[in-house]
Amino acid sequence: MSSDRTRKFGFETRMLHAGHIPDPHVGARAVPIYQTTSYVFQDAEQAAELFDLKLYGNIYTRISNPTTAVFEERLASLEGATGAVALASGMAAQFAVFMTLLEPGDEIVASAHLYGGSVTQLTHTLKKLSIKVHYVDPSNLKAWEEAITPKTRCLYGETIGNPGGSILDLEALAVLADSKHIPLIIDNTFATPFLCRPIDWGATIVTHSATKFIGGHGTSIGGAVADSGKFNFARFPSIADPSPSYHGLRFFDTFGHYGFLMKLRVETLRDTGACISPMNSFLLIQGLETLSLRMERHVSNAMGVAKFLAEHPKVARVNYAGLPDNPYHALALKYLPKGPGAVFSFDLKPIGGDAREAGRRFIEKLELFSHLANVGDARSLVIHPASTTHQQLSDEELAAGSVGPGLVRLSVGLETLEDLIWDLDQALAAL
Amino acid sequence: MGLGSGASCSISLNTVLTPEQQALYQDPDCIRDILSRTKTIAIVGLSSERQKASYFVATYLIREGYRVIPVNPRGGTILGETVYPDLKSIPEKVDLVDVFRPSAEVSAIVDQAIEIGAMAVWTQLRIINFEAAEKARASGLLVVMDKCVKMEHGRFSGSLHWAGMNTELISARRAKR
Ligand SMILES: Cc1ncc(COP(=O)(O)O)c(C=O)c1O
Repeated sequence: MSSDRTRKFGFETRMLHAGHIPDPHVGARAVPIYQTTSYVFQDAEQAAELFDLKLYGNIYTRISNPTTAVFEERLASLEGATGAVALASGMAAQFAVFMTLLEPGDEIVASAHLYGGSVTQLTHTLKKLSIKVHYVDPSNLKAWEEAITPKTRCLYGETIGNPGGSILDLEALAVLADSKHIPLIIDNTFATPFLCRPIDWGATIVTHSATKFIGGHGTSIGGAVADSGKFNFARFPSIADPSPSYHGLRFFDTFGHYGFLMKLRVETLRDTGACISPMNSFLLIQGLETLSLRMERHVSNAMGVAKFLAEHPKVARVNYAGLPDNPYHALALKYLPKGPGAVFSFDLKPIGGDAREAGRRFIEKLELFSHLANVGDARSLVIHPASTTHQQLSDEELAAGSVGPGLVRLSVGLETLEDLIWDLDQALAAL
Repeated sequence: MGLGSGASCSISLNTVLTPEQQALYQDPDCIRDILSRTKTIAIVGLSSERQKASYFVATYLIREGYRVIPVNPRGGTILGETVYPDLKSIPEKVDLVDVFRPSAEVSAIVDQAIEIGAMAVWTQLRIINFEAAEKARASGLLVVMDKCVKMEHGRFSGSLHWAGMNTELISARRAKR
C-alpha cells in the first residue's frame, strides 16, 4: 500500500493531472473555467478569516481564482517548485518578483543576455524605484562575483539567453548566490520545465513568460513565478520583517517555505493588479497538457534548421547551442540534454556591406515563417531584433546583449521540417 | 472536516527528513487517519498573537470543525478557549497533541501526551526530536513530524491548492464530498 503513496509520477502524467482532481459536485474532466470576479462568503466570520489569511480560499480573482490555481499548481509541479503564482504576463511576473524582494537602494546583478523588454524593465522602470542593475557577461562567473555588492539582493538571468542563445551555468551561479545568501532568479521561458528545471540545479525562483512555449499556440499572454521554497528568508528584510501592508504580518515567520509566494500574491499582486484572466489560465493549461510532445518536436526541428543554416554560404554564423562548435554546447549538454530550445539566431552575411539590409530583405522573402514579435508559437516565427524588439536599446546595450545588425531570430515551430528548410532556402537564394 | 479527494499521495517537498524518516513520520495514510479520527486538538505553544503561525493554524482548525484547546503557561483565553498550563491539566479527552515548541521540549510534551492517552503527537515544521518520537511510538501513539497540520489538512481537503501550492496529489478519481 504505502509504496503507491510514495510513487513519483512522471513529467507527462503531471502535465495532464497535477493541480486538478475532478470536483465532487460536477466531476468535470476538463479543467472548468471559473469566469468570476468574486466568491460568495460562507458567513461574516469566514470572510474575516479569509481576509486575514487564516483560511485558504478565494476572495477576488485579482488575487486568486480556481482555474488559475490549476495552472499554478501544475506549473509548480513541473518545475519541482513548492508553489507558483500566475500573473498577466511574463513581464508582470518578473516585476512582481522584484517588487516583492527589493527595497529602494537595493541592487540586482543580471546577465547581459536578456530579452529586450526585460532589459528596459530592469534598467529604466526599476531605476524609478531606486533599484540599480549591474549587467555582466553571463559566461564569466568572476564578473558575476565582482558585481555583487553588500546591496545586491538577487542574481537574475535566462536559462537560454534571448536572443544570443547563451546558456547559463546554473549550478555555478546557484553556488555563488548561496554563498552570498541571496536568491538566484531564473527566467526559464525558452527552456520550459521539460527541457530544464533550474530549481533542480539550485535556483531559488523561476519566472516564465507562459505566453511562449507553455501556451504554445500564440493565443494568450500570461506569466508565472515558481518558488523552490528552499531559500532561508530569515535575514531578508522584505520577506522577514513585519509587513506594514498586512497588519505587521511576518511572512517568512508565519508561512515559512511559502512566505515569499504568499507575500507576492496577497501584497504585490493585490496592489499592482496584474492578474491573469481565468480564460487565459485555461488556455495555458491546454498548452501544458501537450508540452513534452511539442517541445520534443520544437527542438528536433530547431536542430534540423540550425544544421541547414550552418552549412549555407550566405549565413555568417548560427548561434545555436545544439551545434557542436557552439561555445555553449558543453553547458547545453549539461543543462538541456533534450535540446537547447527552439529559439535561436543567426547572422546573415552583409549584402554590399550592409547586414541590416540583408536581414530586412530575407524576412520579406519568407513564405512560411511568420514575421512577428513573439516566440514559442506552434508555427515558425522570425524577427529582426535590431529593427524591432531591441530597437529601444542603445548601440552599446545592443552590443552588450550580443545583437548584431544582420542578426535574424527564429522560433522554430512544429511544421514539416523539410518545408521549413525549403522556405529558408528560397529566401536565402533571393538575397 | 471533509478531506476531499480520496488521493493520499505523499509529499516530498519542504521537509528536512530523509525518505526513510518520511516513511515513518509523514506517512500520508497515517496523516489522513489522524485528521479524520481527531475531534479535539491540544495545541502546545499556541500564541495569543494574531500574526503568529500557531494562531493561524488554530483559527483554521476551529473553522474546519475541530475543538482546539490552547496549552501555554501564560494562561488566560485564546480564541475564546481556556488556556491550560500543560496537557495534564486539560479536563477532557485529547485526540491529537500539536506541538509549536522547540525540539528540545518535545520529549517532556510526549511524556504528558502518553500520560493523558492521546491518540497522536504531531510536531510542526522543523520541530524534530527522534528520541521523543520513538518514545511516543513505543507507547502506541501515532507520530507526525516536520509537517504543518493546517497545510496537511488543506492539502487533502483541496483548499491549499487554491493558494497555488504544489500538493503533489495526483488522481483521476472524482473527489469525495
Ligand atoms: C525570455 C522572455 N522573458 C520574458 C518575456 C516577457 O513575457 P510577456 O511577453 O509574456 O510579458 C519574454 C517575451 O518575449 C521573453 O522572451
